[in-house]
Amino acid sequence: MLEHYLPAASTYASDIDGLVNLIFWIVGVWFVLCQVVFFYFIIKFRRKPGVKAQYITGEEKEQKRWISIPHALVLICDVFIVYGAVTVWVDIKQTLPEPEESTPVRVIGQQWAWTFVHAGPDGLLDTPDDIETVDELRIQVNHKYRYQLESEDVLHNFSIPVFRLKQDAIPGRVIEGWFEATQTGTFDVQCAEICGIGHGIMAARIVIEPAADHAAWMSENAPRTVLAATTP
Amino acid sequence: MRPIATTRSASGTPTGRLAVWWVIASEIVIFGGLLASYIMFRLSHPEWAEYASHTNTWIGAFNTFVLLTSSLSAVLAHQAAEAGNGKKAAKLLYWTMLGGITFAVVKGFEWNMEISHGFTISSNGFWSFYYTAAGLHALHVIAGVVIMGIVAQTAKQNLELHRVELIGIYWHFVDLVWIFLFPLLYIAK
Amino acid sequence: MAEHAGEAAHGHDGHHEMSFWSKYVFSTDHKIIGMQYMFTGMAMALIGGFMAYVFRMQLAFPGEAVPGFGGVSPADYNSLITNHGTIMIFWVAMPVLIAGFGNFLIPLMIGCDDMVFPKINRLSYQIFLLSAIVLIVSFFVQGGGFGGAWTAYPPLSAKAEYSLTPLGSTLWLVAVALEFVAFLLGGINFVTTTMNSRAPGMKMYDIPMVIWMIVVASILFMASVGPLIAGAVMLFMDQNVGTGFFDPGKGGDPILWQHLFWFFGHPEVYVVLLPAMGIVADIMTVFSRKKLFAYRTVLYTVFGTGVLSFTVWAHHQFIAGVDPRMAHIFTITTLLISVPIAEMCFVYIATLYGGSIQLSTPMLWALAFLAEFLIGGVTGIFLGASGADVYFHDTYFVLAHFHYTFFPIAIIGVFAGITYWFPKMFGRHLSEFWGKVHFWGTIVAFNCIFIPLFMLGAAGQHRRIYNYNHFPDLATPELQRLRVIATSALLVMLAFQAVFLINFFYSLFKGKKAEKNPYNANTLEWTAASPPPHGNWAELPRVYRGPYEYSHPDRDTDYWPQNEPN
Repeated sequence: MLEHYLPAASTYASDIDGLVNLIFWIVGVWFVLCQVVFFYFIIKFRRKPGVKAQYITGEEKEQKRWISIPHALVLICDVFIVYGAVTVWVDIKQTLPEPEESTPVRVIGQQWAWTFVHAGPDGLLDTPDDIETVDELRIQVNHKYRYQLESEDVLHNFSIPVFRLKQDAIPGRVIEGWFEATQTGTFDVQCAEICGIGHGIMAARIVIEPAADHAAWMSENAPRTVLAATTP
Repeated sequence: MRPIATTRSASGTPTGRLAVWWVIASEIVIFGGLLASYIMFRLSHPEWAEYASHTNTWIGAFNTFVLLTSSLSAVLAHQAAEAGNGKKAAKLLYWTMLGGITFAVVKGFEWNMEISHGFTISSNGFWSFYYTAAGLHALHVIAGVVIMGIVAQTAKQNLELHRVELIGIYWHFVDLVWIFLFPLLYIAK
Repeated sequence: MAEHAGEAAHGHDGHHEMSFWSKYVFSTDHKIIGMQYMFTGMAMALIGGFMAYVFRMQLAFPGEAVPGFGGVSPADYNSLITNHGTIMIFWVAMPVLIAGFGNFLIPLMIGCDDMVFPKINRLSYQIFLLSAIVLIVSFFVQGGGFGGAWTAYPPLSAKAEYSLTPLGSTLWLVAVALEFVAFLLGGINFVTTTMNSRAPGMKMYDIPMVIWMIVVASILFMASVGPLIAGAVMLFMDQNVGTGFFDPGKGGDPILWQHLFWFFGHPEVYVVLLPAMGIVADIMTVFSRKKLFAYRTVLYTVFGTGVLSFTVWAHHQFIAGVDPRMAHIFTITTLLISVPIAEMCFVYIATLYGGSIQLSTPMLWALAFLAEFLIGGVTGIFLGASGADVYFHDTYFVLAHFHYTFFPIAIIGVFAGITYWFPKMFGRHLSEFWGKVHFWGTIVAFNCIFIPLFMLGAAGQHRRIYNYNHFPDLATPELQRLRVIATSALLVMLAFQAVFLINFFYSLFKGKKAEKNPYNANTLEWTAASPPPHGNWAELPRVYRGPYEYSHPDRDTDYWPQNEPN
C-alpha cells in the first residue's frame, strides 16, 4: 500500500510494507464487519409505532457469547500482529551488520541541519580521508551501512521515508543502526522530531548511486571537506 | 451552610477522611515519580555516592527525630479530639506545629551551610534532586503547619473536631515522605 | 436511613436575593460550576479552532497571509500547533467532559444536592480559569508562545537558547501545572462525592455508566499525573534555576521526561475517552429504549482498560532511543489494550440489537461517536505495532489517528452530551432541525479533513512542518491537493459550528420550554425540575433499581425510573 505513495528503497522497507499490509487486512476485516453490523442494527431496529424494544440484560451465558467469542478472536489476531511487528523490529533495530561487511557513516543533527561524515575510500571513520557534507548523504546501492547517530543540541530524528527508517538523535549519546539501499535515486531525508523554529527547513537529500559512481565521487572528494551550498 | 451531600456516608468512611486519603494518594504519585527518577539516576551514576557524602547525616537524623516526635503529639491531639477535649487537642497541635517549624528552621540552616560550601542546586544532578525533593517536602511541612494552625484555632472552641484527625493523617504522610527521603538523600553514600 | 427524613427541608430558601455575582460567578452550586467549566471550555475551543484554521491555511497556501491573522512565520507556526494541541486536550476535552459534565451530572445522577466540598469545587474552577489566563498571556509575551509541541520534549523545552521562547515556555508549563492542580481538586471531589453521597438505595451497579466513567477517569488522572507534576517541577527548575535534570551536558537525561510525560500522557487518552463513552452509553440506551448490554462487563472492561493504560506508555517512544528490547513488551501491552476497548465497542453495538431506535440529534451524535471512534481505534493498531511504527512515527498518519480518537471524544461526545442534557441544563429545547444540520455538516466535513491526512501520512509527510516546499518528495502537486482538500473541509466544518452557536444561544432564551423528563429516561436527573433549582430536589430521591431498565416486560410503559418504588 505504501508503495503507491513512495518507493521502497531499502532491504527492510518491503518487510515494513508487508507488516502494514497484514495489519491493514486484519483490522480492515474487523472494521468493515463492525460497521456493517452496526449500520444494519440501526436500520433494522428503527422505531416503529406499537413495537416495544426487547429486554436483553446481556448477563446470561448465551448472550455473553456474542461478546466473548469476538473477544477471543481479537486476541488471536493480536498474536499475529505482535509476531509480525516483533520480527520486523528485531531485524531493523536489534540486528547490526558485521563491521567487515558494512561501512560506517556518522550522522549529526544540529539546529537545523544534518552533517554527514562519510568514511571515505578506506571505509573507516576518523581517518584523514573522511568526507564531511552538509544536508547531503551519498551512499552506494546494495551495500550495508552502519550509521552512528548523534545530536549537538536538542532531539532530532533521522528519517528516510523511502527506507522506512526513523531514529531519534539524542544529545550526549551515539545511537547505532543500519540500512541497505536497494535502488538508486535521490530522496528526502527529514528531521522527524520537532527541534525549534527551523524544524521545517531541516531537510537533506540522500543520493544513492551505483558502486562505480560512488567510488568516483569518493576519490574526487576524499581529502577535502565538502560543504553544500545550503550551509547555514 | 453545608450541603446534605457532605453529611452522607454511603461507603461507611467519613467524607473528610476519604478525601484526605485521596489527597494523599495523589501526593504519593507525585513524590513517587520524583523519587523513582532519582533512584534510576542513582543506579546509573555511581559517582553520585561521592556527592552524597557531603550531606550532613547528623542534621538529617535530628530532623527525622523532630518530625517523628511531632507526629506523636498529632496522634495525642487526635485522641483528645475524640474525647471531645478541643482545648487539649489544640495545645497538642501547637506542639506538632513547633516540631514542623523546628524542622523548617534546621533545614534552612543546613541549606545555608551547604550553599556556602558551594553545593548549590545547579552543582550537579545529585544536588538538584537533593534540593528539589527536600524543598518539595519542606513546602508540604510548611503548608501542614499553616493548616494545622487554622485547625487548632477552631478546635480550641470545640468546633470541627474531626479536622484534628484529618490534619493528623496528612501530617503522618508528610512524615512518611521524609522517612523515604532521609535514607535516599543522606544515608545512601 | 435516618438521615433521609431530615434532608428534605434543609435550607433551599434564602437564595432568591442573591446578586448576579454570587449566583453566577462566585457560586458554589455544582450546576453553575459545571456551566462555568463548560463555557470556558467552549471559549477555549474557539481559540483552539482558530489556531487550527490559521495553520491549516498556511499548509494549504504556504507563505500567503491568512485572513484574520496575517503571515505565519515558522515561530508562529510552531507556537500555533503547540497551543492548539495543549488547548484542545487540557482546556477543552478535560474541562468540558470531566469537569463540566462531571460537576453538572454527578450530584444530579446520584441523587444529592451538591458536591461534598462545594468551596473546593469553586476553588478548582478559579484555579482552572487562572491557568487559562496564564496560557493566553503566554502567547503575547516577548519571544511569543511556546513552540516545542504539546509533548514539550527537553532539551528544546528546557533551554531558552534552543526554543527561543524564554518566557513562553515557562508560562506554558505553569499554566499546565495549574490546570493539573485544578483537576486534582475537582477529581477528589468527584470521587468522594460518588463514593459517599449516593442516594439511599443506590448500590454500585445502580450507578449510571457515565458517572462510573467520570469517576474512573478522575482516578486514572490522579494516579497518572503525579509523575508529570514532578517532571514539571524538574523542567521548571531546568528552565529557570539552572539545574540539569534533562540536560545531558550536566549528567541529566532527556528521555526521563518522555517517560514521565507519557506515563501520564497515555492514561490521559482514557481519562478523556471514558467520560465520552459514558455519555454515549446513557444516550444510546435512552434512544433505543434498551437496557445496556452486560452492564458489569462494561464496567470490567473499563477497569481493565484503566489498569492496562499504565503499562503502554513507551509505545510513544519506540524509536526515541530507549532500549529496543523494550519495544516488544510495549507492543504486547498496547495490542492487549485493544481487547477491552474493542469489547466496549461490541457491547455498545449489541445494545442496539432489538431496540427501538429513534435518530434524534443526541442519538445521531452518540452513534457517530462509535462509527468514527472505530476508525481511530483500528488505525492505532498500526502505531502500536513496533515494526510498523518505525515508519508511521511522527507522520500525519499519527496525527489523523489521534484526531479520529480525540475528535469523537472531545467534539462528538461533547455535542452528544450538550444536545442531550440541554433541556435539563437550561430548561429549554434545542432545535432538532438545526441540530441535525449542524450534525451532518460537522461529521461529513470532519471525515474530509482527516482521511486526506491519513493518505499524506502514508506518503511519509512528517508533522510540525510549516512549509513542505523544502522537501521535494513532499512538495508534489498531488500531495498539495490533499492538503488543500483538508483545509477546505476544515473551513466548512468551522462554518457549521456557527449553526450550533446560533442554535445554542437562540434556544437558551427562546427555545421550547422543556418538561421534567422529555425523553422518558430513567436516571435521577430527569426527576428534578428543568432546570433544577439550587439543592436540586425539594425532597432528595431514593433509588430502587439500576439505571437502564427500559422496555421491561412487566411494565406497560417502556421505562422504569430509578426512583419509583415499583
